[in-house]
Amino acid sequence: MAEETKAPTGSAGSSGGESRPERSGGDRPERSGPRSPRPGGGPGGPREGGRKFFRRKKVCKFCVEKIEAVNYKDVRLLAQFVAESGKITPRRLTGVCTPHQRRLSRAIKQARNIALLPFAGRAQ
Amino acid sequence: MNRNYELMFIVRPDMVDEDLNKLISTLESSVSSAGGTAKSEVWGKRRLAYRVGKFNDGIFVLMMIEATGAVVHEVERRLRVTEPVIKFLTVRTDEELKRLDKIKKIRDSKKKASAQPVAAAAPATPVTPAAPETATEPPASAPV
Repeated sequence: MAEETKAPTGSAGSSGGESRPERSGGDRPERSGPRSPRPGGGPGGPREGGRKFFRRKKVCKFCVEKIEAVNYKDVRLLAQFVAESGKITPRRLTGVCTPHQRRLSRAIKQARNIALLPFAGRAQ
Repeated sequence: MNRNYELMFIVRPDMVDEDLNKLISTLESSVSSAGGTAKSEVWGKRRLAYRVGKFNDGIFVLMMIEATGAVVHEVERRLRVTEPVIKFLTVRTDEELKRLDKIKKIRDSKKKASAQPVAAAAPATPVTPAAPETATEPPASAPV
């Protein structure tokens, strides 16, 4: 059968392809790349290990609490978005929206420069 | 054209209080003599996230300066030369303050606008995405 010989990017996964744990649709140019473009993080799961259900829609913490100014000085807030290794967590894991993620990232880098956050390793 | 800056610097932990105050007052006077205002807060001794020089702790000092760029440049130069200061960071804050002011203004005016007519369509919450519905300030909502 023609459909079986092809990869599972068959007729079922023509738009979005959320129900299949498949790689990027290389032969379908109208899809917008391998990443899901949805701001809520969307079904980032299926790509990584066959999770078929939608992950709970993550909301941006800053938008919800209406925190407008992200300062490099509030280390406690910043430390929530930094991993154990000191890396900044990506926004698909934290659910932060893009403008806030950019400001957050800037603040974290400033805090790192002034030794409030580490560049690498755990924050003591 | 005075701009707002925040200057945070770290002083070595074994510095005496009076020397620290002397240093701060020297910097403040250099700012005010050049025609600006300065205000400082001492945060106290804190543990540093990584080793700076040979120290693991430091005394953090925050200075809010309102002056021209040349004045701040001079202050930075002095800090670089001063031996007890081990790190500093200057952040320009006037754009950020302008943005926050603008948001506050939009939120306040929206609160007033939604308080008067008890329209069925418009909810009373001052949420910025709901701007097109209020239709009181079309130009202000666009850049936000």
